[in-house]
Amino acid sequence: MDPASLKKLNAARRERRAAILLTEMETGRDRVILEADEVAGALGDLAATAFRSGKSGMHAVEGKKYFLNVHVPAPRIAAIGAVHITQALAAIAAIAGYEIRVIDPRTAFATPERFSGVDLAAEWPQDELAKRPLDAFTALVAVTHDPKIDDFPIIEALKTNCFYVGALGSRKTHAKRVERLKAEGVSETELARIHAPIGLDIAASNPMEIAVAIIGEIIQAYRTRPVQGSVASGARERREA
Amino acid sequence: MKEGREVAIATVVETWGSAPRPTGAHLVIDGEGNFEGSVSGGCVEGAVIADAMDVLHSGEPKMLEFGVADETAWQVGLSCGGKIRVYVERVG
Repeated sequence: MDPASLKKLNAARRERRAAILLTEMETGRDRVILEADEVAGALGDLAATAFRSGKSGMHAVEGKKYFLNVHVPAPRIAAIGAVHITQALAAIAAIAGYEIRVIDPRTAFATPERFSGVDLAAEWPQDELAKRPLDAFTALVAVTHDPKIDDFPIIEALKTNCFYVGALGSRKTHAKRVERLKAEGVSETELARIHAPIGLDIAASNPMEIAVAIIGEIIQAYRTRPVQGSVASGARERREA
Repeated sequence: MKEGREVAIATVVETWGSAPRPTGAHLVIDGEGNFEGSVSGGCVEGAVIADAMDVLHSGEPKMLEFGVADETAWQVGLSCGGKIRVYVERVG
């Protein structure tokens, strides 16, 4: 393995960017493909599929054998609102293998007693997300019901291409939210990416069940995220979807 | 590597049946036989480390295969009945 490839791969992993280590088996030569890289031809299609599935494997392209080792960042959840649903979501997220952090400026809600062992920030989303930004491998869950707290992170999540953006609220609440976000310059197609009412439709009726519906929807979004042969084509597919 | 140690990486490149570790799993080995990670959950690591020593010396990568269909499997085999192929290469 080329030490330069290892260095590039490690840098990508540190920066939470998806990367593939491509090794040509006959020669042992390798190189790193980042999700934003344009790779032409059959190899490019192969890389795009691998980025989506996250699955490593051996493939034959034009008579050559290649091993693609796919490194996709671990998915995270940023939850806005240290409410009852979030308490249940924190427990389920840990089981499902999603790192979660909870953000809520209301210190009455964001207490260590209510969120023991959970990454908790009793700060405004504006401040917390400036310090630790969202990214394409983060799901944004906004559950405070309060536009002053929820709206900013929702817009930020759409801008940073979060693979999932969910917001709590009835259809009526969401219709009002849509009007506010439109006024902030959010496009129709971006608005269509918001999952609201939040969670899979399993007739969830208490905070714990709603948390299950949310994690189910997050998993679905993560496992069906658009093929990203490049960041640009991923965004394009999302717009067309 | 920064400390001047020779390093080899073993990677699970193909699996058949029920393999203990998925494709892409790594085992990192240094010249002293220290290792980190796993390619099989303990079943064949010893054999992989031994081969990694050869790879460190020669610089030539090796493809190893382990499974129940293999003769050697009766000594170092996979109890789960799967088959794996492990690619061992030197870094640098």
